[in-house]
Amino acid sequence: MDSALVTINDILVERAGRIILNIPSFDVREGETLALVGQTGAGKSTLLSVLGFALKPDKGSIFWRGAAVGNGRPGSDVRRRISMAFQSPLLFRGTVQDNVAYGLKLRRIPAADVNRKVTAMLDMFGIGNLATANAASLSGGEAHRVSLARAVVFDPELLLLDEPMASLDPGTKDNLMKEVTKIVKELGLTCLYVTHSREEAYAVADRLAVIDTGKIVQSGSAEDVFYRPATASVAAFVGTENILPAAVVDTEGGLAQLRIIGAAPETSIEAVTDAAVGATVTACIRPEEVSVDPAEPGATGSRRNHLTGRVTDVTVLGPTARIAVDCGFPLTALITRRSLGELALAPGTPVTAGFKATAVHVIQ
Amino acid sequence: MSVIWDGIVQAVKMIVGFNTDLIVILLTSLKVTGTATLIAMVLGLPLGAWLGLTEFRGRKFLVVLTNTGMALPPVVVGLFVFLMLSRYGPFGGLDLLYSTRAMIIAEVIIATPMVIGVTLAAVQALDPKLIAQIVSLGATRLQLFFKVVKEARLGLLAAVAAGFGAIISEVGAVLMVGGNIKGQTQVLTTAIVQETRQGHTAIAIALSIILLALAFLVNWIITVTQQKKV
Repeated sequence: MDSALVTINDILVERAGRIILNIPSFDVREGETLALVGQTGAGKSTLLSVLGFALKPDKGSIFWRGAAVGNGRPGSDVRRRISMAFQSPLLFRGTVQDNVAYGLKLRRIPAADVNRKVTAMLDMFGIGNLATANAASLSGGEAHRVSLARAVVFDPELLLLDEPMASLDPGTKDNLMKEVTKIVKELGLTCLYVTHSREEAYAVADRLAVIDTGKIVQSGSAEDVFYRPATASVAAFVGTENILPAAVVDTEGGLAQLRIIGAAPETSIEAVTDAAVGATVTACIRPEEVSVDPAEPGATGSRRNHLTGRVTDVTVLGPTARIAVDCGFPLTALITRRSLGELALAPGTPVTAGFKATAVHVIQ
Repeated sequence: MSVIWDGIVQAVKMIVGFNTDLIVILLTSLKVTGTATLIAMVLGLPLGAWLGLTEFRGRKFLVVLTNTGMALPPVVVGLFVFLMLSRYGPFGGLDLLYSTRAMIIAEVIIATPMVIGVTLAAVQALDPKLIAQIVSLGATRLQLFFKVVKEARLGLLAAVAAGFGAIISEVGAVLMVGGNIKGQTQVLTTAIVQETRQGHTAIAIALSIILLALAFLVNWIITVTQQKKV
């Protein structure tokens, strides 16, 4: 998984004088599923197009297995090792098997092999019974399965998926995501998975890259990006709702006292960091790491931080609820709906918010 | 009113009795229109698809030229072909004037912009991501063309229907370059004009029925093909 399949260096893409993509160095490694995440307009699809050789960058170089691809425009031998599926299934006229067989027929694979491979792929995606069905008659989930089967049937060396689940309902999306992840691993494919959904990225990725205004702002394991974001913008994107400016006022044995800037009354929290006294930092706390309890301080177990305050807002999000607490600064907690009922939390309820020192990620 | 009724009755008798003159005129019409439609398809479908699929300098100018061609008055085309093929014209030596070949040339000039224009619109109506999808699955330019033709076939059949419709009913240009010579260059439209002028109402009506039936039949075949689900 270490050798790079495709590498880009000093890539610049401009449109109407505006920089769309500016990436000094980036690669997709053999055998990995790399999730590229970012908000709408961040440059995800442009980067996908560059990596898939569908868009020639204004500047920069692209390497395929270490060999430079002349002028960013490879011959059909490299292009045919790459496959792509989009947000919309984009099925062709004809039957399901016609669709799945298309890429194989383009490569002049013998008819017997085409039939064998198509049948195996349809079975793998659980749509073997739809082989002779008209592609126009399929449901959304079925059509996506056909689209994905069509993209992987000819064993591409690089599979590019451009928000492949974005138009599906949550149930279908969860099932298909699990299946695709399993199939990609079974076939040993290298996959670049573009999505604006952090949950989807977390679920599918071996490695995750966050793109913002045309730049890769962080890449690493999903665990790294979600729990140790490199910047405040990455933290916000991965769902860290508590992003607090703070000053280091004391340190002892790897544990630091952070004074939250702007808190009234003055409030400090404990965090694990090697930041020096006097440094200004950003403290990031994921909302699911924060507990809220109407009980008095001291009843919160191993948590080193206990802050008293009042609930200012309660938002129910289906099975979970977001609780906004004013503890001298705004702090958000995410609890289950059942807990919300049991704790009888409502705006104005006095509470103690608690979180571990290890739950605070400090950006220096 | 009785003149019209008598004309219809006589016309039906001529059609049912396979009148030789009618058959010759019908076959000439089919030969000229069929050949011209075929040539317009061969030229217009790839050109329209190319204009719809590619971006290059001067493309807009070609699109405007195509749209102008779609509105070209047939008599102007007739005059142009006449001048080119007349004895003193640049192609006078080919001795094509007043032949079915001259008529086919005129009709190709009329029908081709129609086929290009409607094909261009049909290809541009496809989802641009569909084109990207076809390319991403490994299609070469030629394979992309054939796939696009298949995917846009409803629009392309409309293009063929538009081209055929423009020339099956055409009279001015074919009259000027074909000369309406009985048994040689006389087609349904020019024959209708001539027979009406000469007071042969029954023949004119019979020819009109055949012309309408022919147009209906061709469009019926195109529509049935268009509406096929797969």
